Amino acid sequence: MELICPAGNYQSLVKAVDNGADAVYIGLKNETNARHFAGLNFSEKQISKAIDYAHQQNCKVYCAINTYPRESYWSRWTDSVDQAMALGIDTLIVADIGVMDYIRSRSSEFSIHLSVQASATNLQSLNFYHRNFGIKRAVLPRVLSLKQVAKLAKTAPVEIEVFGFGSLCIMAEGRCYLSSYMTGESPNTKGVCSPAAFVDWQDKSEILESRLNGLLIDRFAEGEHAGYPTLCKGRFEVNGKIEHALEEPTSLNTMDILPDLHQAGVAAIKIEGRQRSPAYVAKVTKAWRSAIDQAIKTGTPAAPQAIAELANLAEGKQTTIGAYERSWQ
Amino acid sequence: MMTDKLNMKISVASVPYFWGKESYFEFYKKIAQSPADIVYLGETVCSKRRSMSFRDWLEIARQLTGAGKQVVLSTLTLLEAESELGYLSKIACQKDYLVEANDMAAVEVANQNNNPFVAGCAINIYNNQSLQRLITLGLTRWQVPVELGRDDLVPMVDYAKKHQVEVEYQVFGRMPLAYSARCFTARHHRLAKDNCQFKCLQDEQGILIKTQEGQSFAQINGIQTQSAKVSNLIDRCQSLADSGVDIVRVVPVSAADTLEVIQQLGAILQAPDDPCFEPERLENQYEFCNGYWLQIEGMQFVS
Repeated sequence: MELICPAGNYQSLVKAVDNGADAVYIGLKNETNARHFAGLNFSEKQISKAIDYAHQQNCKVYCAINTYPRESYWSRWTDSVDQAMALGIDTLIVADIGVMDYIRSRSSEFSIHLSVQASATNLQSLNFYHRNFGIKRAVLPRVLSLKQVAKLAKTAPVEIEVFGFGSLCIMAEGRCYLSSYMTGESPNTKGVCSPAAFVDWQDKSEILESRLNGLLIDRFAEGEHAGYPTLCKGRFEVNGKIEHALEEPTSLNTMDILPDLHQAGVAAIKIEGRQRSPAYVAKVTKAWRSAIDQAIKTGTPAAPQAIAELANLAEGKQTTIGAYERSWQ
Repeated sequence: MMTDKLNMKISVASVPYFWGKESYFEFYKKIAQSPADIVYLGETVCSKRRSMSFRDWLEIARQLTGAGKQVVLSTLTLLEAESELGYLSKIACQKDYLVEANDMAAVEVANQNNNPFVAGCAINIYNNQSLQRLITLGLTRWQVPVELGRDDLVPMVDYAKKHQVEVEYQVFGRMPLAYSARCFTARHHRLAKDNCQFKCLQDEQGILIKTQEGQSFAQINGIQTQSAKVSNLIDRCQSLADSGVDIVRVVPVSAADTLEVIQQLGAILQAPDDPCFEPERLENQYEFCNGYWLQIEGMQFVS
């Protein structure tokens, strides 16, 4: 079982490699990837340097080109594919079938991983991508139960990768347009969700308000942990009740069920967080390296203390195993 | 000078909400008499909603076909369980009606059985290369993804026309914005999804979520999240036709209002200059938006 770690910049990549990642995933400095944030991602020169460093230590480098090009901007995506392939990237992580088709027009062999943004949640969908584009692996959306993941890992024609830790997207990724409904920019078109440029914090003495493009996402009392206003994690009014109508501001942590995922034949665990710091990447990579080694060797989960320490690093300081457990759904 | 009538068909999307069997039969009896040309039938949101059997849907399909409508059988959007794939195969393998694929699984099954299909708006076709690939697999109609607008359409319409692919765009109804493993309706009622007690049957058109300041945000409908505002491009049909849209799509809200909208839409397509769209009554009940078509935030309304 491989450990796949995020890197938003060269320093993070070095930390991930040094702390035992089997592969690191990165993106280019444009909207072709789903973490198109200011100050993040890699230039051409940085990618070369990153590949050199990682390959010296037997670590692979994957590049996410996993947003959906609209026709007017098509060449930006194909240029990015050309660039990544020329630089010697090991695998492209892709969601759009047009982009996959383009890659296949260039090479029948080049390794393609189906991005979580393609939202493949069942066997027939995986068959589709395998038969048409020869994908090698698929990253599953965070909507399936452990039982469903295990079944897919057994029956799918491709390797299965799942998310282990980090921000929890509760929707089927690639099919959520809430962000563009509110701001005009979405993960699919611009590689952003609830983009920072639309966020406004208003300090009203006892109350702190977070807004997205003018709409109130949440209100925090003094001393309350105020999380980033991701629109699905705010408090809203439903039939007169104020509640986290869609989801609490929690993060995903599946370290508890890691031996089960290994047993099920899951090929790789992905850590979310290209937007996080090099120090964070170092700590999380180290903890997961050791947890995976233990799960493989002894079939047991990491010590509760190690799991609790991880929770402290998580956004909102709260974690859940999410949809892997039916009761969450 | 009178403008010619607009040469676009009207389609009625599958009812996104959970209604009782009688309500569906009643609704489609009236749809059969309406100016709608194309009717999509079936459950697209949650496989636990079973007021209607496959045979019931086929019964309605026969009635509508008899009334001259083109019937398309819809499929689930988020497929997880094997039983769901089983039901999907039943729809995607039959040869009597066209299939609306809302997940690549449906594309796969239809293609393996040499069946043509409509790509529903949850299939992400954002560029010509994607369109071309699906055409080779049997795509005959393209529902434009909800977040794409006029300018996104322009460079794709010629390609679609050249390959006899019809272009369908939503002109009325709440927009499907997200799907989750979690049932938000059950969550609101403090119930687990596995014991949801079919609470969504209580709300004819979902549950409104507002900000703490009372502004509308979203509409929860089981595992689906819709826009709180209702898209409304009825007064922009000319612009849609000019952009190459072939089919204008109405997503049902309440049964009565949906039927009224279809009547008005039919009249407008016949005589675009007649100011026969009288939205006052509907305006009191729904907040409208048209931002996506205009390439801005979907929730905006520009008059």
